[in-house]
Amino acid sequence: MYPQFIKLTFAARMNFSKSIWFLIKKDLLIEWRQRYAFNGIILYLASVVFLIYVSFMELKPEMWLTLFWIVMLFTSVNAVAKSFLQEGRARWLYYYSIASPYAIIVAKMIYNLSLMLILCIIGLIIYSVVLGNPLLHPYYFLLVVILGSFSFSLTFTLMSALASKAGNSAMIMPILSFPIVVPILLLLVKLSREALYGGILEWPLKDFALLISLDAVMLVMAMLLFPFLWRD
Amino acid sequence: MNTNNWMRKWWWKVLAIMLMLFTIVIGMMATVPALPILHETIRNLYYHVPMWFGMTLMLLFGMIFSIKFLRNSRMEDDIIAASFTKVGLLFGCCGITTGMIWAQSTWGVFWNNDPKENAAAVGLLLYFAYFVLRNSMDDMDKRARVSAVANIIFYFTFIPIIFIVPRLTDSLHPGNGGNPGFNAYDLDSNMRMVFYPAVIGWTLFGTWITTVISRTEIVNRELHFSMNNISMNNSSKQLDSKF
Repeated sequence: MYPQFIKLTFAARMNFSKSIWFLIKKDLLIEWRQRYAFNGIILYLASVVFLIYVSFMELKPEMWLTLFWIVMLFTSVNAVAKSFLQEGRARWLYYYSIASPYAIIVAKMIYNLSLMLILCIIGLIIYSVVLGNPLLHPYYFLLVVILGSFSFSLTFTLMSALASKAGNSAMIMPILSFPIVVPILLLLVKLSREALYGGILEWPLKDFALLISLDAVMLVMAMLLFPFLWRD
Repeated sequence: MNTNNWMRKWWWKVLAIMLMLFTIVIGMMATVPALPILHETIRNLYYHVPMWFGMTLMLLFGMIFSIKFLRNSRMEDDIIAASFTKVGLLFGCCGITTGMIWAQSTWGVFWNNDPKENAAAVGLLLYFAYFVLRNSMDDMDKRARVSAVANIIFYFTFIPIIFIVPRLTDSLHPGNGGNPGFNAYDLDSNMRMVFYPAVIGWTLFGTWITTVISRTEIVNRELHFSMNNISMNNSSKQLDSKF
């Protein structure tokens, strides 16, 4: 139960990275077989963006940013929530018997991270095509979006693992995630606001450091606590 | 029961009662610095601020008991952790209510969209979610385990919410956004003489409530188990051997 992770020998570490790779491949395969889920998320994103387009006459740049992050927040909760909920209990039992809990949580996080990166970039494209693009520093904003998808995927993977243990998980998932993500969301909005102003970009390094340290806290907690969570 | 033993068990409860009485009586009676806007409402410092100190401490104790539970799987630790969290949440609700009353008389409205108020509200939402999560599971062992994990995660996200979010923007609270801090209206350090006892008093009182709640819960559970002739810890193992 204790930090076996630290004690891994070289051979075990090979096994560890191999099992992570296989678990990610398994997730990709499931995603490919259930293409409707991914397409559904994209459609969800497009519908929400269209909804915003028809309900706002004009969008101020500050509002544009905030709405973008809120749309991404709802999309990512929906996209990541299924990571621990979609597979049945029996199948989890099988995974746990062939892989270490660390491999499972790391694989899920890497998989969700890549899913979120793709979703965020597609989201950004749809959003700026439909609602226009007031950004003066688009590449800086892209960096913030990448960081944001990283934070969202870490947080929601852990929350999804928690919620999957509860009864009525679909209801529990958002009520656990939204309060937890508030500091991250506020930091992201604050960071991306810099992209709106012209002139020389001032890097808010303190806020970047804060965001990254919040992510690090999440990562450490996931690694330490997931082994206690998975036993059923 | 000899006197010595009694004192050893009860001294902190006596201290709690004395400190609370001191806080209420002296807090209402003592002179306070006359300041514009605040006036006599400054006395709320003895009731509003200790609530947040108490809440953070209660949640910290709850988190420590959750860690203890994960290490040794004693059911009592889980019950104590949940009780501490419950009392922390109670303190938080009292803190937000006293804060709203204070805000009404100094800033003019109950809710001012102040970052500290918002952060506190988000923190409360988080811990309400903890109880929803906890009560959504029927299996006792699973509930204890999952809620211990959740409690640890929530504590380490509650702290950034409370301490980082308010610093991102200006706040009307003292010590933020160019407002004077606690020291500024603590002119003759008379208030400090009441404030620190108040913090200790509320914390001890909260711990006392926790012991009562957790004991009741433990007795309830023992009763429930005694009907099935099993003890509280390792109930599932004993059930296995029984059947």
